[in-house]
Amino acid sequence: MYTLSNRLRLFSVILMIVGLVGLVIGFSQRPGSIEEVKEMMASHDAHGGGHGDSQIKENHGGDEGHGESANEKDAHGGDAHYEHVLHQLQNKPWASLYVAAFFFFMIALGVLAFYAIQFASQSGWSPVLFRVMEAITAYLVPGGIILFVILALSGFHINHLFVWADPEVVAHDALLQGKASWLNGTWFIIRAAFFLGGWILYRHFAVKYSRLQDEDTTGNKWYKKSFKISAAFLVFFIYTESMMSWDWIMSFDPHWFSTLFGWYVFASLFVSGITTIALVTIYLKSKGYLEFVNNSHIHDLAKFMFGISIFWTYLWFSQFMLIWYSNIPEEVTYFITRIEDYKLPFFGMLIMNFIFPLLVLMNSDFKRVNWFVVMAGIIILCGHYIDVFNMIMPATVGKSWFIGISEISAVLLFLGLFLFVVFRALTKAPLLAKGNPYLEESKHFHY
Amino acid sequence: MASKVIHALYIDDDILMDAVKKVRAEHYHIEEVYTPFPVHGLDKAMGLPHTRLAITAFMYGCVGLTVAITMMNYIMIEDWPQDIGGKPSFSYLENMPAFVPIMFELTVFFAAHLMVITFYMRSKLWPFKKAENPDVRTTDDHFLMEVNASNHDVEQLTNFLGDTGAVEIKIIDKEEDNH
Repeated sequence: MYTLSNRLRLFSVILMIVGLVGLVIGFSQRPGSIEEVKEMMASHDAHGGGHGDSQIKENHGGDEGHGESANEKDAHGGDAHYEHVLHQLQNKPWASLYVAAFFFFMIALGVLAFYAIQFASQSGWSPVLFRVMEAITAYLVPGGIILFVILALSGFHINHLFVWADPEVVAHDALLQGKASWLNGTWFIIRAAFFLGGWILYRHFAVKYSRLQDEDTTGNKWYKKSFKISAAFLVFFIYTESMMSWDWIMSFDPHWFSTLFGWYVFASLFVSGITTIALVTIYLKSKGYLEFVNNSHIHDLAKFMFGISIFWTYLWFSQFMLIWYSNIPEEVTYFITRIEDYKLPFFGMLIMNFIFPLLVLMNSDFKRVNWFVVMAGIIILCGHYIDVFNMIMPATVGKSWFIGISEISAVLLFLGLFLFVVFRALTKAPLLAKGNPYLEESKHFHY
Repeated sequence: MASKVIHALYIDDDILMDAVKKVRAEHYHIEEVYTPFPVHGLDKAMGLPHTRLAITAFMYGCVGLTVAITMMNYIMIEDWPQDIGGKPSFSYLENMPAFVPIMFELTVFFAAHLMVITFYMRSKLWPFKKAENPDVRTTDDHFLMEVNASNHDVEQLTNFLGDTGAVEIKIIDKEEDNH
């Protein structure tokens, strides 16, 4: 049995408190009026010429991403831009909260999918890791509830994250009117509840059966049940995950769409989840637990990290290349916004999520060296945080992005919660799923 | 050089793996193991040095990538500048998304083909080469371990191999070592 050390508990609680305080500061620093925005920008200008220049340029630059016509802009006059920035800055703490909440939730969701695949494929190598996976998926419940609350607030336009939730915008937008039967607060929230409910339900029963199988020495009754619900869950998951990605991420840019977006988000959450399994496993091993996990298991996890990183890149590129090549205005605006305003995170993410794992994890021997896997894992997780950041920020805060106090605090808050929930869940059951029929094979797994 | 070897046949890869470990623990010298299919971990159990094929594959991949970049840069940018996707930048870097598939394909092409050719050359395989396989059953369902018996008590070694689960043991006098 694993016992949660006081140090880890204290560490996670401190992370949560620091994150919470930082978020409160982030929310309280939001500008309240156009005058405050002007003041902030003026003080920025005073600070440094380089940054000031880009702010001034913004004043004149067209904002094609929102599809406003030039005439409309002129009519608004000088304050229109400041109002725009005001909305972006008011959105910023909300958006950073959303990015962090979704990022940690998607880790748990990715692990849940990975866990279900292990059952559905009757894998022999992985049962020694099942309790780690079950513990990580424990975050699905609190993380899902928090995300649901944020989604409800956004879907009903308490904050301004979703453009389609703003009745005034929809009134002037024919495309959004056409999509209103899908993108409206009530139906949005019903879908979210359906997705989350289904995933949490599977998680509940899968964990329950896994525990019951521990006690059942006569047969594999519970294992067989796990197999069946896992197969059913995977079918449910791939549809709901895809719709979730349209709802929770793609609808930030409601004019734009991509047909492989669901897969793209799936690759991101899958690789983040597997990386987290590897990191938690290596941490527990370093503390003297999981003595039955050998370096072949780590090797296999690292192979997955490597392989799914490349899979992610493949999907990223498939999406990017077609849109870049065809250069259709309503499609390409998505990437133009990102390349012009988010150059560093957009291309930095490619280095962190593709080039780095490709070069570091290519060598077979390195995949067995724990500190190599940990280093690659941390970079991959940071890279996928930035991936989510790139998907959400351009449509919510536009050019006014920077990694500031609210972004860092939101990550700390959810990291603390994640660590707390996951490691507390680890104490709830023995670290070895001793009833699993493939356990012996898994213990002797060698490559 | 005349040498004496023992051929021990096994019918299961797990038994073979255990036998290999035991034989090595007793410090007998395994010349070669013939199996009908690749047995995972056998190379490590036999203590064979790590293959360097992966390193050559990486280098061949780098060559392929370089060839792709040089070739397309010459063809599409320098020799006959092309307007790609309605973006007449005439710069390799700015048109790179269009070139990535070819860069990828040629990397894989070079790595795969040259690696296979390297493998054949290194293991001295070529068309019409006579098989070195000592027993045809190893192409079907038997596993054969060839143990050097020159400096050992043959009877003791035979008994020991029988204990490791061998189903058949033959003592062979080799006229010359063809390895």
